[in-house]
Amino acid sequence: MTTNSLPPDPNNLWQPSRGLNKWVERAVIWLFGLFAIISVATTVGIVLSLLFETIEFFQVVSLWNFLTDRQWTPLFSNPQYGILVLLSATFLTSLIALLVAVPLGLLSAIYLSEYASPKLRKWLKPALEILAGVPTVVYGYFALLLVTPFLQLFIPQLGGFNALSAGIVMGIAITPLIASLSEDAIYAVPSALRDGSYALGLTKRETIFGVVLPAALSGIVASIILAVSRAVGETMIVALAAGLNPRLGLNPFVPVMTMTAYIVQVSLGDTPAGSIAFQSIFAVGMTLFLLTLIFNIISFWFVRKFRETYE
Amino acid sequence: MTPLSSQATPLDTGWDIEQKEVLNALGRRQGIDRWFSWLALLAVVFSLFVLVVLLVDVLIDGVPVLNWNFFTSFPSRRPAEAGIISALVGTIWVMVLVALFTFPIGVGAGIFLEEFVPDSWLARAIEINISNLAGVPSIIYGLLGLQVFVRILFPITQGRSVLSGALTLALLVLPIVIIATRESLRSIPSSLRQAGFALGATRWQVVRSHVFPLALPGILTGVILALSRAIGETAPLITIGALTYIPFLPDLSLRGLQSPFTVLPIQIYNWVSRPQADFHALAAGAIIVLMVILLLMNATAIYLRNRFQK
Repeated sequence: MTTNSLPPDPNNLWQPSRGLNKWVERAVIWLFGLFAIISVATTVGIVLSLLFETIEFFQVVSLWNFLTDRQWTPLFSNPQYGILVLLSATFLTSLIALLVAVPLGLLSAIYLSEYASPKLRKWLKPALEILAGVPTVVYGYFALLLVTPFLQLFIPQLGGFNALSAGIVMGIAITPLIASLSEDAIYAVPSALRDGSYALGLTKRETIFGVVLPAALSGIVASIILAVSRAVGETMIVALAAGLNPRLGLNPFVPVMTMTAYIVQVSLGDTPAGSIAFQSIFAVGMTLFLLTLIFNIISFWFVRKFRETYE
Repeated sequence: MTPLSSQATPLDTGWDIEQKEVLNALGRRQGIDRWFSWLALLAVVFSLFVLVVLLVDVLIDGVPVLNWNFFTSFPSRRPAEAGIISALVGTIWVMVLVALFTFPIGVGAGIFLEEFVPDSWLARAIEINISNLAGVPSIIYGLLGLQVFVRILFPITQGRSVLSGALTLALLVLPIVIIATRESLRSIPSSLRQAGFALGATRWQVVRSHVFPLALPGILTGVILALSRAIGETAPLITIGALTYIPFLPDLSLRGLQSPFTVLPIQIYNWVSRPQADFHALAAGAIIVLMVILLLMNATAIYLRNRFQK
């Protein structure tokens, strides 16, 4: 064994190809970095593609008229583009949706996190996820062909297309969103807070309203704002069930036209690029984008500002 | 001590009355509690009841139209002859293409953000950007696709083609894949990476041979969920101008990528928006097919998650 005591000649040993590895490493970083940039490019692309056509649109229609006109008649010989008309319909359907989704979603979240046994919870959560995974066009079918005829039994003056059934079904569609996000927020409230409340003699419901919900408030409000943003951008339910009649007002029984429904209507027609009708869908899209952006920023800000942290 | 004991008698009576009130109030409070717990349960049951009504309604209306002709016929003006073959094939095309685009790009971006540049300003900026993108309505992606894929990239996509549609939907679901990849990678213990580095492996070698295979089930779950979102989307495809009447199938070639297309949700929308009840039944039939595809995909995702969760 004495002959082996000499250190081996380094040149005869196997060496990893460090040069190649370094090259591959760099190539992977660049390629994957480029992939990561695509998500930023998407945002930039959305803003730019909306912006260019919107600028073109406002060279024909003044911003003042866009914001103050009380008619939406792009196909008339004397077209008027009063966004208030579409905004009122979007507001109406979203409001109805929230009146359905906030109580349903919040109560479901409370039940899942505070009352349901772990075993039941394991079954109920995926079931609600199925509700969230139903394509919106299916909800549109449901609103138009089942909910509207059903509501007409009680409200004879209800039109075949109306904001009411579109709003109610949209509320069902966004209930899982509120339920799931609020449940996360409620579940995250430490149980020591509940125990402290019980020790003071409060009942379960009093604990939920007096202690748990206030502690989870930032998450709950954020989930509701996100639901608003979803309702405002929701397309297929309103395009199918709410109608295509631009009308200013808040009557839930008549056909109305939301911003998203207008974009669908123009897209289905054969509108040539460069025409004012083509540009108008981008102006409406820009309004929609800004509106949802504001809601998302408020939601983000609200969580940051009012989040209760527990060590 | 006498003043105290003299006061004790009225205090005692007072205590008795209060105790009664407290007990009465407790009964009332617990009653409200019971009502409230029933109300909360009712909310969950109502949501699930709506889901059941929706499914039953679609089944009752749609099952009668499900026959061999329905699967092998092109859309038609006559309800009795209409079928979903072009929509079904279009949906499969779109699903495969979206998977081909989003898997490498989403997983690559996720690996980059989680393994190569964690805790950097770039990762944070992209994270904020992604959470913003998730809040953008899908119809806005349609407007993006209309401008970028249909008009600017016309020489490549030939306008309102299956390629344009798939690219638009790929951008829409990319954030889902990136987030799923990051979360899956984050759950792999760092000791595994340390062991690899200690043996002299580069970061990419560690990721490729050890971290990525372990994270793959979680990543695949995210990809499947993203795909099931993509094939249910209607609005962006209407916006980029997918047609509703397609009496042919795209070629299985690169040229096929540039052909016009339709998908199941658009076919459903078209049939629902017609006044005749016969078309509504066809829509219900197509909804059944779409929901079965979605259920199969979700079942696969759940299976993967349970099978490999350790």
